[in-house]
Amino acid sequence: MIYLELLWSFIQIGLFSIGGGYAAVPLIQHQVVDTHGWLTMTQFADIVTIAEMTPGPIAINSATFVGIQVAGIAGAVVATAGCVLPSFVIVMLLACVYYRFRGLTMVQGILQGLRPAVVAMIASAGISLLLLSLYGQQTLPDEPGGIDRIAVCLFAAGLFVLRRWKVNPVCVMVCAGAAGLVLYSVF
Amino acid sequence: MDSDKKPYWKLFTSTFKLSACTFGGGFVIIPLMRRKFVEELHWIEEQEMLDLTAIAQSSPGAIAVNASVLVGYRVAGLPGALITVLGTVLPPLIILSAVSFFYTLVRDNAVISMIMKGMLAGVAAVIFDVVITLGGDIVRGKRRLPIAVLLASFVAVRFLHINIIVIILVCGAVGAADTYIHRKKEDAGQ
Repeated sequence: MIYLELLWSFIQIGLFSIGGGYAAVPLIQHQVVDTHGWLTMTQFADIVTIAEMTPGPIAINSATFVGIQVAGIAGAVVATAGCVLPSFVIVMLLACVYYRFRGLTMVQGILQGLRPAVVAMIASAGISLLLLSLYGQQTLPDEPGGIDRIAVCLFAAGLFVLRRWKVNPVCVMVCAGAAGLVLYSVF
Repeated sequence: MDSDKKPYWKLFTSTFKLSACTFGGGFVIIPLMRRKFVEELHWIEEQEMLDLTAIAQSSPGAIAVNASVLVGYRVAGLPGALITVLGTVLPPLIILSAVSFFYTLVRDNAVISMIMKGMLAGVAAVIFDVVITLGGDIVRGKRRLPIAVLLASFVAVRFLHINIIVIILVCGAVGAADTYIHRKKEDAGQ
């Protein structure tokens, strides 16, 4: 029974979190804390922190975490499946439509309008992450200063290596992590 | 794609590895996927990857999951989509299961936080690399409309905080209108 409740809750979360990432947070809170009382608000705040520092989408991370707290590993699997199911169905339908009609001139035109917008969105997300890395927050601070010099160096070095030699991005991220450990402990 | 030998295992390992490295949520996986599937494996074209990103963006759910469904479907149909979703979901499932048993320890660990801070700077560099490549393509195309759309959507998303769905709908309409006008002109010219 608890499995069905978990499944249904996370299907709703998966279905209504449009725009990805943090759009899911209030929905998860509503289902998990307010409606079902599976977690306290403190536990929920911990989930958001953990979701930030572990890989993977926040909705999947919280589905796993909540599932385990409520009904063990099986609960985690059920909640995660519920979370993924709506996207899977909708995206598959859109994919079919896309591959069937993308040859049409009008669809081509629409897609050409979209491409620069997608690049702009990636740019904006990149700036948010860079600010988070340099200042510890996603917006520019009111006063200059307080910039994380080590992060500046790691960012510049990473970008240089990527542009110059086209190295594997995962390698850059892992090396930046290792360098971060060394530099932050020394300075 | 070789039809009798679908690259299921390669799809699984690729998405598994990408998902395990996707710190910072959402968009980070897009540049990683682009590098892997467009530049390295040549399974998907550059333009197509941007289209898939737009679809992943405007569908409900996590962008990483949506994008892997699309990539899996493109490369190997429905079974491919199932495999890539599994590959994307498993790393967070495993990691979070482990973390949930001793999360206070992880949360307050100085070593882990230093590594995370370093990785965050690396992730930002990866995204900027992609933006320079893709943005450069658009600017070098020397058509006014795409450059205008790029700048306008950047302002809309960054400074005006307009809903992404709205931006996608408007830009799609702009593209449709542009095509319509072009066709009219061609018809008139004949």
